[in-house]
Amino acid sequence: MTVFFKTIGFSIGLALIFTLVTQLLPQVEGEAPVETKVDLSSLTMDDFVAMGEDLFMNKGTCTLCHKPPPIGRAPDIQGLDMVSTSAERLADERYRGESKDAAGYILESMIDPSKFVVAGWGKKGSNDTVSPMPAVDKAPIQLSVMEMDAIIAYLQAKDGNEVTVSLPSPEAAAEAAAAAPAAGGAAAASAATAEEALGKYACSSCHAMDSEDPLVGPGLATVGARLSVPEIRQSIVDPAAVITEGFPPAMPADFAEKMTVKELEMLVQHLAEKK
Amino acid sequence: MGGADQRIAPIGRVHIAGQDFVPAADSAASGAEAPELIAAPRTSRKDYPNVGVSSRAVVWILAQLHLFFGALVLAVPLFVLVIELVGVTSGDERYDSMAHEFMKISLTGFSITAIFGGSLALALFLLYPDFMGYMMHVFGAQWLVYAGLFFLESFFLYTYYYGWNAMRYGNLKWVHLSLGLLLNGAGMTIMVISNSWATFMMAPSGVNEVGVVVGNIWEVMKGPLWNPINLHRFIANIGFGGAVVGAYAAYKFLSTKDMEKRAHYDWMGYTSNFIAILAFLPLPFAGYWLMAEIYAYSQQMGITAMGGILAWLFIVQAVLIGTILLAGNYYLWAGMSRTEGSKRYKPFIGFIAFVLVVCFLTWVTPHTLILSASEIAQLGGSHHHILGPLGIMPAKNIAVNLMLIVTFLSFQLYRRSDKVATVSWAPIGNALMVAIYVVAIVNIIFLGVYYGYFTNTVYKVGSSVAQVSSTLVVIIAGIVIDSLMFKNAKTLPSHWGRIPDRAQYALFALPIAFTWLMGLMGYVRSSVKTHWHVYTVMKDNSPDNFIPTIGYAGNMITIVTVLFLLFVLFMFWVASLSGTKQAKPETVTEGGVA
Repeated sequence: MTVFFKTIGFSIGLALIFTLVTQLLPQVEGEAPVETKVDLSSLTMDDFVAMGEDLFMNKGTCTLCHKPPPIGRAPDIQGLDMVSTSAERLADERYRGESKDAAGYILESMIDPSKFVVAGWGKKGSNDTVSPMPAVDKAPIQLSVMEMDAIIAYLQAKDGNEVTVSLPSPEAAAEAAAAAPAAGGAAAASAATAEEALGKYACSSCHAMDSEDPLVGPGLATVGARLSVPEIRQSIVDPAAVITEGFPPAMPADFAEKMTVKELEMLVQHLAEKK
Repeated sequence: MGGADQRIAPIGRVHIAGQDFVPAADSAASGAEAPELIAAPRTSRKDYPNVGVSSRAVVWILAQLHLFFGALVLAVPLFVLVIELVGVTSGDERYDSMAHEFMKISLTGFSITAIFGGSLALALFLLYPDFMGYMMHVFGAQWLVYAGLFFLESFFLYTYYYGWNAMRYGNLKWVHLSLGLLLNGAGMTIMVISNSWATFMMAPSGVNEVGVVVGNIWEVMKGPLWNPINLHRFIANIGFGGAVVGAYAAYKFLSTKDMEKRAHYDWMGYTSNFIAILAFLPLPFAGYWLMAEIYAYSQQMGITAMGGILAWLFIVQAVLIGTILLAGNYYLWAGMSRTEGSKRYKPFIGFIAFVLVVCFLTWVTPHTLILSASEIAQLGGSHHHILGPLGIMPAKNIAVNLMLIVTFLSFQLYRRSDKVATVSWAPIGNALMVAIYVVAIVNIIFLGVYYGYFTNTVYKVGSSVAQVSSTLVVIIAGIVIDSLMFKNAKTLPSHWGRIPDRAQYALFALPIAFTWLMGLMGYVRSSVKTHWHVYTVMKDNSPDNFIPTIGYAGNMITIVTVLFLLFVLFMFWVASLSGTKQAKPETVTEGGVA
């Protein structure tokens, strides 16, 4: 019996030592992002910049990689003046995007990071053509257009540069509130342009927009030549009606419920012009 | 259905003016054939039943206990089969009896695993109904295959165990070994199937970005992390299983004064420790592959584990692995007292112990300290000038590789201690072995220091592969050279059972540290998903959708470790019952039993 108590005592004692080690370390909880409500009618640019900084540090998870050397795994954005840096990158011959200014460049690098990969920071074996950075408008980060704008405002303002993005308008807030889905999702503002709508409904996750290369769904570079306006409309609101041969029936069927009429028509027109 | 809910449903298809109406594929028919498109559910807090205690804590405890026992009962038949085979090839029946005894003590473990598995499934369906509904939808008929495999496994288990003595010799022994192989085949298949659920949750494949299944079951299962987890769990299970049965042997050793029994359990404990440490040595490399694949899948996930809020956890991991290596080494050194030839190697022990301690301290040195402003001022920054560089990965890589190398050295010295080489080239063989150790150690230190501190990060990661290769070269070269050099060697007297009692406590430290380590790694594996049930596809909106603190996790892990310990004791007790027979009462007198 003595052996029994000695061995049990030794085993539990050892487990308690390990527990003690965990108690001595810093106790940090990893909170899930909380959807915050912003009163846009009283929002100032300073608030917007502060919101951008908070997003940069927390929900955006930017600082996981964008840290000062030697521990950073991506350029040290906080240590760089991103407005002048953007100008240098836009002028670089390796730049493959379409932006003309700093705000556009920063947005583009958030939603399509491979448009310009800073030398030395590309994915292994890609010769700096593919960025390891995730698109921040997609899961798991899922920043909204407004949140990305706030980050741009922060990156412009932190070095004393002029903030060129505009504050989200109260009208947009009203529309966002109206479009808020019932199932606990974030309120999404109605898209103002077809490009915005493409981003909002994540069309490019499954469809290549600039080529005919098949992803999950067919490429849409020349969709306007292939389908008529009513056919494009039908493909969006009732995707199961006609499925292009060789593709899985994977397109979400609830766009008719989610999209506003304006968004649908903008998208249809935009796609019809792709010939 | 009230009238207000009625909607007008469109019938038929849109006919475009000016074009021929093509009835083609009838929409109703094609609709019936098309698979149902179900996206991952979007849950809100009210979709999670509140049972008054943390749902996550309930699932955590049940899942961990299920995994502990699952790991044990998958591992034991694996090394039992190998030991049985050694018994057949060597003709030494002691191996066969030991293998049978290992099976006997873990037999109840199969039922305990099933009980916790069933409880876990019930808890998940009750507490996370939407999530489980989605998982059932994604994996579909695979669940039936999984359930069917249990029947197969049970069949092979019982025929293998109960048929042991009925199929002990001749051709029947090979039938018995085949049953063992099939038992392991069924067990491994069960493991890789259930691993696919965990890896799907971490890195989903075969579904689109909203969780609609777009691939077949194979594409769903074969995510980027599936095979790394399969390999890692396979190796870790063997180490864990060896450690647990070693504790059984140690307990039996301490409980008896009978020298013959002590010799038997000493040998059994030694074999268990051998299995545990041998499986443990390649484990860091499997872990390295897993982390590399996690980084390749999502750099963000990798950094959350290694550089984010979970980073502190690796200090605890260092303490645990340090405990395992120190205990394993200590047991080998203490075991040298069994043989008379071990005196030759005693001076090495001090050197090995020194290297282990220095490396252990390097490993637990944190990189960043959380300090108050005055403390930072006193320190001159958040990193210590001298100790700071020891906090980053290159220093840890050097430490881990050196710890593994000297552990192998302990093991090699132990194996050599009861032998004297008789081959003529023994001095050359020894010189070659020493040269390999020296070159590997110098190489590991040079690569770590030069590429870790004086070049770009990219080379830092690359150089760790070369360091690991150096360690593997030492291990492989050591095994090859010794097996050739000590062929037909002169054997010195060896006395099983001649080992200090305190050495047995190393055999208790091993399973406790292993169990705790598995619990800790379960915490990090699950936490890297952050607030997602299925990463990027299905959000976790339950009240527990945050990563708990390391202290909370520590408490949970200790709770499950102690519970596991109690259930293992129960399992051993049941095993000992089968060999106990109550003596028949002789006569009954007036006063009761005489």
